Amino acid sequence: MRFAPAPEQQHFARSLHDLLTDAGSAAVARAVARGDLSAGQSVWKQLSAIGVPALLVPESAGGLGADCADMITAFEELGHHAVPGPLVESAVVAPALLRGLGDEHPEIAEPWLEGLASGERVLTVAHPLCPRVVGARWADEVLRVDGHDLQVLAASALREQRSVDPSRHLDTIKDGGEAERLATGPRVAAAAAHAVELGTLAVSAQLLGAARMLLEMGTEYAGQREQFGRRIGEFQAVKHQLADVAVAVEFARPLVRGAAVALDSDSPDTARDVSAAKVSASRTADRAARTALQVHGAIGYTQEHDVSVWLLYVRALSNAWGTGSYHRQRVLSALTAASGRGSEG
Amino acid sequence: MDLGLDEETRRFRDEAREWLRAHAPTTPLPSLDTAAGFARHRDWERLLGEAQWSAVSWPREYGGRDATLLQWVVFEEEYYRAGAPARVSQNGVFLLAPTMFEHGTAEQRRRFLPRMAQGADIWAQAWSEPEAGSDLAGIRSTATRVEGGWRLRGQKTWSSRAAFADWGFGLFRSDPAAERHHGLTYYLFPLDADGVTVRPIAQLDGETGFAEIFLDDVFVPDSDVLGPVGAGWKVAMSTAGSERGLSLRSPGRFCAAADRLVDLWRRLPGSDAIAERVADAWISAQAYRLHTFGTVTRLAEGGKVGAEASLGKLFWSELDVALHETALDLLAADAELAPGSPDAVDDGRWLDGYLFALAGPIYAGTNEIQRNVVAERVLGLPRGPR
Repeated sequence: MRFAPAPEQQHFARSLHDLLTDAGSAAVARAVARGDLSAGQSVWKQLSAIGVPALLVPESAGGLGADCADMITAFEELGHHAVPGPLVESAVVAPALLRGLGDEHPEIAEPWLEGLASGERVLTVAHPLCPRVVGARWADEVLRVDGHDLQVLAASALREQRSVDPSRHLDTIKDGGEAERLATGPRVAAAAAHAVELGTLAVSAQLLGAARMLLEMGTEYAGQREQFGRRIGEFQAVKHQLADVAVAVEFARPLVRGAAVALDSDSPDTARDVSAAKVSASRTADRAARTALQVHGAIGYTQEHDVSVWLLYVRALSNAWGTGSYHRQRVLSALTAASGRGSEG
Repeated sequence: MDLGLDEETRRFRDEAREWLRAHAPTTPLPSLDTAAGFARHRDWERLLGEAQWSAVSWPREYGGRDATLLQWVVFEEEYYRAGAPARVSQNGVFLLAPTMFEHGTAEQRRRFLPRMAQGADIWAQAWSEPEAGSDLAGIRSTATRVEGGWRLRGQKTWSSRAAFADWGFGLFRSDPAAERHHGLTYYLFPLDADGVTVRPIAQLDGETGFAEIFLDDVFVPDSDVLGPVGAGWKVAMSTAGSERGLSLRSPGRFCAAADRLVDLWRRLPGSDAIAERVADAWISAQAYRLHTFGTVTRLAEGGKVGAEASLGKLFWSELDVALHETALDLLAADAELAPGSPDAVDDGRWLDGYLFALAGPIYAGTNEIQRNVVAERVLGLPRGPR
């Protein structure tokens, strides 16, 4: 039994962290928020070069065939740097959908998976759990899961919205918007169900990473800012808030890892464990954001300060891929169903 | 979740499960904070000890099984899942023994540990004093050098089950000129020694779970000093971060309670708002469990647990309170029914558990102190005035 990131995963996370630090994460998010996609796309190119979009693509399609434990390592770091764009959709959900279709529709699945792996193709996906389209303007194709149907949406089917996170481009699908059916049948539904678990876990990892960044920012500021002749981090009223965030981050992380292990081992407890991870990561990130803001005081409430980038990023992701209520209900349903099954725990 | 337990650990787990199924009492024992309940719990410790289940991680020569840390965690899961009794020996087995393994003489280990494992000696801690609680370094009780040993004087308090226990362990100021953490020594003393007076204190639940200990020139031979004279603080703190001294509370206890909470909720579905809290309690218990597996992995690979232990203490103590509060809210008007009430649901165990949980944020270092430790030693924030 080993319950910890593998050394190579830690190494990968460090490489990603260095790459994204050099790229200047907050500056990238701000540029994308202003409508300048090029800064974001240049980061995506670098991410492609070290294999992020290839992680979940099978080796047969030029991917890395990595597992979820690898994926959460990458996505925690992407969240740590609030990297904009449809990363979860293109690098996690779309490969899972296409892998599920592979046998029936190799003519679609294979070239698209190859494009995803090389970074040449970007996809985004709308799903009833996440009904709006994230990052359509980054994507070559917009997929929609609708029951047993997998569709490609026409550009005319989208109506632009504004997210609380200005770096997150969001569209609504118009009623009766033009769509082309790509595939249909129970295979689509099954692939979509699996893809949603993966997407939810990836977002959980992003939220965990964002929480960590907010904790780092709050801690750094509290160690520098002086009031009443001393650093504010000396006051227990301040340090205890940060300590509580440290506790929340420390205990959200094993749930995210646990859900990855569940997915990687096809555990019957997967839905339960993914939902537990999402509940915990969302709550932790919300807490971290509120605390970072409170510790920074008025400067944190300004758009020019970096706290705002992560605070708004977290606000947008917090209810994405299912609200807290939805996931708590899923945990309870799973526990109720499992009591007759004799779980190994 | 498949944790991929190795063959030997699975065998160990199955053996524990089987033994507990055959031996764990099927009805709850009376509270261990009463004289009668204490005696019943001691009998249970004897039974555990005879079968080498009372301290599984200890070496065999002292009554253990040389179990790995993972096996210990697995044993604890089985223990609480089986609904086995609270461990009346826990202060000895989990607090004193790790220190004795690290700092005790071979003679002390031979003399004390097997009796501890057999439930023959139950140990009470003597840390806090009326003027030394969170600020433990403010200890005033003294030890004075005499021929062949020491004489202890002073007053200790909040000593769990000292009213019924056999031995005490604690820190005394052996160098009157020294201040704060210096000049303290770690002593072991029988609670029936000449000069010891134990006065029980009724707790929140009315039972005499803790006590004051008055020491009036109590003689302690040199052979009952643990670790070097004057180094008591270091001796007492040194095992906090070590493998055996993991001040971790076994996740098994919280997981079993969370499973029972889900079961209670199914029997008495409350509002949706309470359902969400039931889910949160279960998720927190699961987080604690998985976090423990992470700690076990780290320790197995040569890592240490230092100030991070405070993160865990904050988490489990708060999850325990939240879990039991949720149960009481589900029980609504029945929540106030104490054990023994004819209408009490589950024999009042939720109320019992709640009152017990309320002590969690206070004992083993208050949560305010733990937050200071996390902020200063984990996050690196500046130390401030106390």
